[in-house]
Amino acid sequence: MFRLEPRASAPLGWQIATPILAVLATMFVGGLLFAAMGFDPVAAIRTIFWDPLFGPAAGYSRPQLLVKAGPLILIACGLALGFRAGIWNIGAEGQYIIGAICGAAVALAAYPAEAFWIFPAMILAGALGGWAWGMIPALLRNWFGASEILVSLMLVYVAQKIAAWMAFGPMKNPEGFNFPGSRNLQQYPAAANPELIANSGLHWGGIAAIVALAATWFIMSRHVLGFQVRTAGAAPRAARFAGVRPERLVALCLGVSGALAGLAGLFEVAGPAGQITESFGSGYGFTAIIVAFLGRLHPLGILLAGLLMALTYIGGELAQMMLNLPAATVQVFQGMLLFFLLGFDLLTRYRIRRRT
Amino acid sequence: MTDVFRAEGLGKTYPGVRANDDIGFSVGRGEIHALLGENGAGKSTLVKMIYGLVRPDEGRMVLNGQPHAPADPRAARAAGVAMVFQHFSLFDALTVAENVALGMENPPPRADLSRRISEVSTAYGLPLNPARRIASLSAGERQRVEIIRCLLQDPRLLIMDEPTSVLTPQEAEILFATLRQLAAQGTAILYISHKLDEIRSHCDRATILRHGKVVGTVDPRAHSARELAAMMVGAEMRIIDRSGRVPGAEILQVQDLSSSGEMALKDVALTLRAGEILGIGGVAGNGQEELLAALSGEDPTAPGTVIMDGTDLSAMGPEARRRLGLLSAPEDRLGHAAVPEFSLSENTLLTAGARQNLVRHGLVDHSAARRFAEAVINAFDVRTPGPGTAAGALSGGNLQKFVIGREVLGKPRVLVVNQPTWGVDAGAAAAIRQALLDLAGNEAGVIVISQDLDELLELSDRFCALNQGRLSAPRPTEGLTIEEIGLMLGGGHGMEVGHVPA
Amino acid sequence: MISVFILLLGAATPILFAALGELVAERAGVLNLGVEGMMVGGALAGFAAAHATGSPALGFAVAALAGAALSMLFAMMTQYLLSNQVATGLALTLFGLGLTAMFGKPYEGVKAPAMMAGPLGLNWMIWLGLAMVPVVWWFLVRTRPGLILRAVGENHDAAHGLGYPVRAMRIAALAFGGAMAGMGGAYISIATVLQWTEGMTAGAGWIALAIVVFAQWNPWGVLAGAWLFGGVTVLQLRLQAAGVAVPVQFLAMAPYLATILVLVLISARQKFGRSGGGAAPGSLGRPFHALR
Repeated sequence: MFRLEPRASAPLGWQIATPILAVLATMFVGGLLFAAMGFDPVAAIRTIFWDPLFGPAAGYSRPQLLVKAGPLILIACGLALGFRAGIWNIGAEGQYIIGAICGAAVALAAYPAEAFWIFPAMILAGALGGWAWGMIPALLRNWFGASEILVSLMLVYVAQKIAAWMAFGPMKNPEGFNFPGSRNLQQYPAAANPELIANSGLHWGGIAAIVALAATWFIMSRHVLGFQVRTAGAAPRAARFAGVRPERLVALCLGVSGALAGLAGLFEVAGPAGQITESFGSGYGFTAIIVAFLGRLHPLGILLAGLLMALTYIGGELAQMMLNLPAATVQVFQGMLLFFLLGFDLLTRYRIRRRT
Repeated sequence: MTDVFRAEGLGKTYPGVRANDDIGFSVGRGEIHALLGENGAGKSTLVKMIYGLVRPDEGRMVLNGQPHAPADPRAARAAGVAMVFQHFSLFDALTVAENVALGMENPPPRADLSRRISEVSTAYGLPLNPARRIASLSAGERQRVEIIRCLLQDPRLLIMDEPTSVLTPQEAEILFATLRQLAAQGTAILYISHKLDEIRSHCDRATILRHGKVVGTVDPRAHSARELAAMMVGAEMRIIDRSGRVPGAEILQVQDLSSSGEMALKDVALTLRAGEILGIGGVAGNGQEELLAALSGEDPTAPGTVIMDGTDLSAMGPEARRRLGLLSAPEDRLGHAAVPEFSLSENTLLTAGARQNLVRHGLVDHSAARRFAEAVINAFDVRTPGPGTAAGALSGGNLQKFVIGREVLGKPRVLVVNQPTWGVDAGAAAAIRQALLDLAGNEAGVIVISQDLDELLELSDRFCALNQGRLSAPRPTEGLTIEEIGLMLGGGHGMEVGHVPA
Repeated sequence: MISVFILLLGAATPILFAALGELVAERAGVLNLGVEGMMVGGALAGFAAAHATGSPALGFAVAALAGAALSMLFAMMTQYLLSNQVATGLALTLFGLGLTAMFGKPYEGVKAPAMMAGPLGLNWMIWLGLAMVPVVWWFLVRTRPGLILRAVGENHDAAHGLGYPVRAMRIAALAFGGAMAGMGGAYISIATVLQWTEGMTAGAGWIALAIVVFAQWNPWGVLAGAWLFGGVTVLQLRLQAAGVAVPVQFLAMAPYLATILVLVLISARQKFGRSGGGAAPGSLGRPFHALR
């Protein structure tokens, strides 16, 4: 038998090793799953994790990496801030949708004007929309003590209904032959968020993600705010003793993560997605939770985890086309990955000893 | 005297610590037997083995002539061992009857149990209403629940772990009367404490532990408190130097201080002079934490209630008060005064950010924090590999020295500490008390909130007591008797009358 | 009027099952945010079994097993590997949604077998759900295992100190919670929608979690909360059918907004101390690790 002995602090080596172990375990168990379903496990794993980067169709799929990783990283940066403080925003998906709607609203209101201020105004509107949607759970928690987990999650469903209403109602494209969905912003130059370097997949959202990573790193390691966030998460009473006001931290973390998710939504609607549709929310807000955890709430980790998650998205689509794997494979992989990560995390927090 | 319980050659090793080594002693029928030792001497490991919470590595125990090797507490209870814990093992949201039922192997039906609780509790002078929720009971009443729970099992051996640490002197007297009554009926009682006076006046024999070994079993009445202390510590205690203190001008005024919450402060008033130590006694849970929070700034209070050097601090948060020189050290080291997962160096940032210039324009100077942590470690002899060590990895005494040292090096105008030596070994406790005296010697005002009366009498110039959120008027410490202090502490709230609400 | 009440009872049943199960888990001190995942798992497994055998009863039994199996994943992670309960619950939900999306494809567009009718025009599952309320109450308040379960949830260190098996109690409570969530999910696929669609629980598991808070951890409160939710759902469907001049999407938001409102009201009551009801179990969400 074994017994667990708590460690006083988490060794860096294990902190780095556990996400890698979790990825390997996911590949292994995923392979078993594929084999059980009658697929060739080696081919499936290679298609998901290798081919998007180095396979025959890599020329097409490589730029997709940044397209998918951008929003994930952007959202995960904000979530990591809150998770560190013990503030659980799991409604980033809703903030993402509302950010996109607000940004698109500015563009559609200005249509067809061509002016330099339109895109910046959209960015502002997207961030503000996400911020406001994130502030609802923050204020309800500060004023009434309502659980931010449940409120932020309920608001995802509300946001989805609003997106559907927009697509069928106020934002419906008047020239769209009565199909639901807004005008396509990609075809509206003043509002479009195009690829900045051909075939790189980099658009303004990617730039924003890089800025967010740098800012997160700076705040968490250098600024007193980062110290306060970490203190609040590790020992709330010590944080109060140090002079941290918990209500301000709740508002800050939910507001910032909401704004970043809103930005991600805006860059998506003005870029790759192009329009508000009934099913605009594509799950980035939930996957970003996994990215934040897998990246150990650390900017560098989030960067790598975001790229890896993007890879599974692209690889999953590829496997769907090439091998006929079910579309939901990616979701299963992502859920499994989070499980393994949380399980292996034991190694960072405890020392395992043989019972004598 | 026939032995009810006997231990022979008991040993237990934890990683890096020999907690118990070749322990042997016995408790006789009808005997109140003291287990005496400092924190960390191995008392709690020993009783956990008797109660089945820890299994010994070697040695054997005998209970009533039978080998005693309980696999878990239920087996121990079945064999006739009962235990009253230092930190109550009660369930706040449950009723007295439910709590008692949880402590029994085969509780009778609810109605019978409630009746028996009333009967037994009255018979032993500890009346209790079985339908009340634990959350609504005082510390003394909670202890009664624990004792009744034990008594209903007719234990052969009753273990009491530091039972008087939460009681006023008067409440403690009632407890001892109950224990004597039990002993007279033949119950063997193992009484754990480090309070020499109560052991000398109430126990038949005392087994003294030091560093996990039995130093000896003695008749405590035949030895002076000083001799017992020497056996317990292994050396004469360091003499505290309280010379050189001249109280100066008033620096802190607190008036009409009230708070809300479960244990609200009610119209607390006090003054503090430079160079003075004000001792605040009282049983924990009577508003100590609330008072510290109101003074530290964690819970700001109404305007005009906290005034330092003519400045009204009432509305200020902890950081603003620290800038002005009002520092504090809360009771709970892990999670309140320090973050266990953080390094010592990071823990300096909790309170010393502004005063030591560790945070400038919102930016953290990590190397300055490290240097300051090293300064605290050196000045207060904190035993640790270095400032990078996690606070949670330090022993209680060393972390407490660090916490107190962090504030003392901040050169406070006023320092407020709560239970500064709770759970700390004697050496560290002496060092901390000396640091507080030195601080007062340097013309700072110090408020010491503590449950330890000996400590307060040793340190403070004036003494007052906190009871049910009210602070008594302070009196000069010199010339105070223990009886007077007992009365100031509230004279055992309801303990003598033993009210049972209908 | 009576038919409206029957509709209400039907709409309340999935939430009632899931919330009663979660209530027991939370009273044991475990916060399992994976209710949604276990419900959707039960919805698919139950539907598949009912479809394959033609027996809805067998479907619900399989759904209970599937929900319990998923909860054991959570139990293993949180009780043995001591992982964070919030994160693990989220993982369970994401995993359950993914797994069912993956394996549910063959069942899309397939019809459910007829539900077993019970007395008074209510099917047997509605009756079972209603019966579970007093059963859970009786178990928690009147039986010794129930007392031990509450003790474990209230203060796990003290319960351990008295020699009670904290981990085993919690695992049992989680298994019950999983089985109940599974049956609640299956009610949606077998008895309400009559088919399987991806992600069909649509937040019911999260609403169940909110109902437990609303109920202040009391089974009778769960019944009230589930009926309230059922009422809102039926009302908005009625209004949709009646063609009220409000966009459908707004009506469809009603249950989620009602949940937020209820959560705010009850939290405010607890915060401002006008609460006569119970507070959260003392050890809720805290990991237990006995040092021996």
